[in-house]
Parts: sequence; structure tokens; C-alpha cells
Amino acid sequence: MALRTEELLLNVGPQHPSTHGVFRIVVTLDGEVITDATPVMGYLHRGTEKLAENLTYTQIIPYTDRMDYVSAMTNNYVLCHTVEKLMQLEIPPRAEFLRLIVMELQRIASHLVWWGTYLLDIGAMSPFLYAFRDRETIINLFNELCGARLTYFYMRIGGVKWDAPPGWLEKVRDFIPYMRKQLQQYHDLVSGNELVIARLKGIGTYDASTALAYGLSGANLRCTGVAWDLRKIQPYSLYPQFDFDIPVAQTGDCYARYTVRLAEIAQSLHILEQAMRIFPEGGEIMGKVPRIVRPPEGEIYVAIESPRGEIGCYLVSKGKDKPYRLKFRRPSFVNLQILPKLLIGESMTNLVTILGAIDIVVGEVDA
Amino acid sequence: MEQQTVSWVEHLGALLEASFSADCFICPTVVNAPDGLVTITVGATHAFDVAQLLKQHPQVAMNYLRNVSGVDLETHIEVVYHLTNTTTLQHVCLKVHVPLETETMPSLTPLWETANWNEREIYDLLGVTFGGHPDLRRIMMSDEWVGHPLRKNYEPHDPEV
Repeated sequence: MALRTEELLLNVGPQHPSTHGVFRIVVTLDGEVITDATPVMGYLHRGTEKLAENLTYTQIIPYTDRMDYVSAMTNNYVLCHTVEKLMQLEIPPRAEFLRLIVMELQRIASHLVWWGTYLLDIGAMSPFLYAFRDRETIINLFNELCGARLTYFYMRIGGVKWDAPPGWLEKVRDFIPYMRKQLQQYHDLVSGNELVIARLKGIGTYDASTALAYGLSGANLRCTGVAWDLRKIQPYSLYPQFDFDIPVAQTGDCYARYTVRLAEIAQSLHILEQAMRIFPEGGEIMGKVPRIVRPPEGEIYVAIESPRGEIGCYLVSKGKDKPYRLKFRRPSFVNLQILPKLLIGESMTNLVTILGAIDIVVGEVDA
Repeated sequence: MEQQTVSWVEHLGALLEASFSADCFICPTVVNAPDGLVTITVGATHAFDVAQLLKQHPQVAMNYLRNVSGVDLETHIEVVYHLTNTTTLQHVCLKVHVPLETETMPSLTPLWETANWNEREIYDLLGVTFGGHPDLRRIMMSDEWVGHPLRKNYEPHDPEV
């Protein structure tokens, strides 16, 4: 008698710790091998873009906090920067420095969340505790600056809401050498670990032309050797004044994405160190902004480099105080598209490894 | 976006005019004032051919689709593709004019895989049907949802939801 075999349909999520939110994927299995994968999303769809059409520009900023809630500062920035660019506003240097500092701190915090939870996904418990302990330092800095731990609502059109409180900059200054030491510890603890290498090397591999065809950005693109970082390619804010590298890796596998993200933490620390040296002594934190923010009629697409890749904002204005249409290009949403392609033919055990390495935030996938 | 050189705009315009008749375009090439982005507006029927030229012509070679947006302008729907050449760092914005009578345009997913989910999102929220799309289903709203929320004339089917 022949052995009866059949394909197994397995539902992963939406409530599953490794999907980092409420993301669901339906996989078809032949034994342990994935033969088909269908992502299902929208569980966290709040209609941000529709809501934005009935809100003034300043009222939209807190909604951006809730898209990518692991990196709210860069989301704040992309909206403010888009409106400022359309209105051709001047931003005082002190405000722009504060923005740059919080964005780089946010990049480190976001990568720490990724590093901790990713290793937790593949079965390492303690790195998560280390990462969240160090991230807590950054969260406390943000809390002191603007009174919130995650959803900051810190930036405004034309500047920032709060100036750095006394002693805050010294704390940021002290954080840099501390984080450098911790980063070295992370490398000692995990990066060279044989088990980690065995789980990550050669898994979820793609090449540069595939990455570009799928519109990947951030570490997902840089892991294939394409040095694409919007801070260098389309410079914004004060980045042209700073010296930093774009970390790239060549192999395009999960381990490459791992090394790129950790290298980015080092680069962000390098930027912060320079910013501390040339931070302006005094000055305004809000530019000259009309009482009612009313960008002229027109449209603009502005993109910046968030920790997850290119976050963009396409704004169509009809000269009113509310946007006619506001579209967010969310890096998590675009990066996630490659997932079914990577999963087919892989073993079921690698599903979490590959999904985790893309680094999604479901609030941003669904918006 | 950085400023594009004017000569490149003219070059691109000449290239398009040589390959297509003028009635394919609403507006062949124009520099968009606030961000200096080269913009091409094309009718829905010729969108695929123009996009194919933008991707495959060696002097243009737009290999990276960054963003797809849909805008309900009430007279028509505009689907906006932001394209980039990652070697020359030239950018093009391709706008497709989708009339309300048909609500249809060809899918650009065969050219850039990025368009896949983005077009599904536009189908879901704005009701544009993309001909030739490999998997045109709703993506954000549930399958039984009535209407397309980002349309300006959208009325909730069930206000309680």
C-alpha cells in the first residue's frame, strides 16, 4: 500500500508573537517544505490616509506616530518636511539639529528593537533583555524631551515643539560611548555565534536586481551590495554636513541584513558624536510659520531614510489647510512583498527567520 | 528631489514623441515646479507602452519603482508612479489619467514587481481596475467591503462599522 500524502494548509497569525503585530500568512506545506505562501493583512488598517483628508496638517502629525510606532520620529519628520518643502519654509538650525539628533537616536532604538526581537524569534532569549535595556535609555531621553515614550508628537511644521531641557545634551553625549561599548558586547555575544550563523547564513537570499525589482529599500536593499541610502542619495536635513558611511553587505541573506543593521547603529553613533560637537548654542526652535498652515496648490513627493527604508510622503494640496490627498509610502509594506517569493521552497523552520529579517512593523504595513 | 537638467527633460520628451503619437499623452514631459521632478502624463490606454519604454530604453532605464499613489481628482483618477534609475540617479514621475467611465488601466506589475501590492491597494481604496494584474484582490479592507473609501464621493455602506 502506497503512503498517503497530502498538502497541509497552515495558518500563521494574526496573533502570533513572531509576526510582530497582527500580520497573518497562510502557508501550504508539503511535509516541512513551503510550497505556497499568501500574506493576509489589513487587521491594523485604520485609514490614516482617509482620516488625514479631514484634518489640519498639525493634527495629522500624531497619526504618523502610530504608523511605524517603533520609529515615530522619522515619521513625524517626513510629514513636516514634505509640508515645509511645499511651503518653502526655513527651519532654524537649532530645531533642525534637534530633529537630526532624535532621528538618529530613533534609528538606534529601532534597530535595537529589531535586534532583540529577531534573536528572540530564532530562539535566543537574553539578547532581547540587553537590547531593551539599552533602548530604554533612549526612550527615557525622549520622554524627558517631549513627555512620551513611543508616540512623541515632537515635531511641528516649521520646527520642534520642545527645546532640549537642561542637561539633556550631556546625557546624549554620555550615551554615545556607552552604546559603543554595548554594541561591541552584542558582537561578542551574538554576531560570531556558531548557532546564529548556522540559522542565518544562506537563508532568504536574493540578489540586487531582484531587490530593485521588488522596490526594496533600507537594509533589505543594502544587504545585496547596493549602497542606496537617501541620506546620501537625496540629502535632506543637515546630513550633507556629516561624515558617515553607508554600510553594505554582499551576500543578500539574513546574516547580511543582520550585519548591515548593526553597522548602521555604529554609523548613527558617529553622526551623533559630530552633531554634539557642532550643536548651536542658542536660537529659535520654531521657524516663522503662518498661524494656519496652508501649503500652496501643488504636489510633491518627499522621501527620507527611516530605519526600515524609504518612507515617503506624496502630498497633493489644493491650497487649503487640509491635504487634498496624502499618501504615505510605507517601507514595511513595500519590503514585505518579497516574502512569498523567499518562502517558497524553504523549510517551515525558516519562515520566522526570513520574516523577521525583513523587519516589518504592522502598524506601517496596514497604515 | 534634486534638480534635473533641462536638457534631459527635452531629451526624454523627444524620445517619447519619436515613439508615440501626440494623442497618447495628456502632457508629454513637464518639470514639476516645487520639487523639480520630471512628470509625464499619459492616457490609460497607452500607459503600459510608455512605461515599457521608460523601463527598457537604454537611455532611460528606470529600474526602480519607488512609490505608486492614486488620487481621486473627481473629474478623473490619477495613478502616479515614481520611478528612478539607480545608476544615473534620474527620476521620472509617470502619471496615468484614468477616466471615471472605465476606471481601468493596464497593470504595470509585469514591468516592476513593486507595483503588485501597491496596485492592489489602489484597487481596494480607489476602485481602479488594473488589467493584466496577476492577483487583483482587496488588500486592506475585507473582501465583502462595499465601496472604495478613498474616493471623494464615498458613502459608508454601514455607518455603524
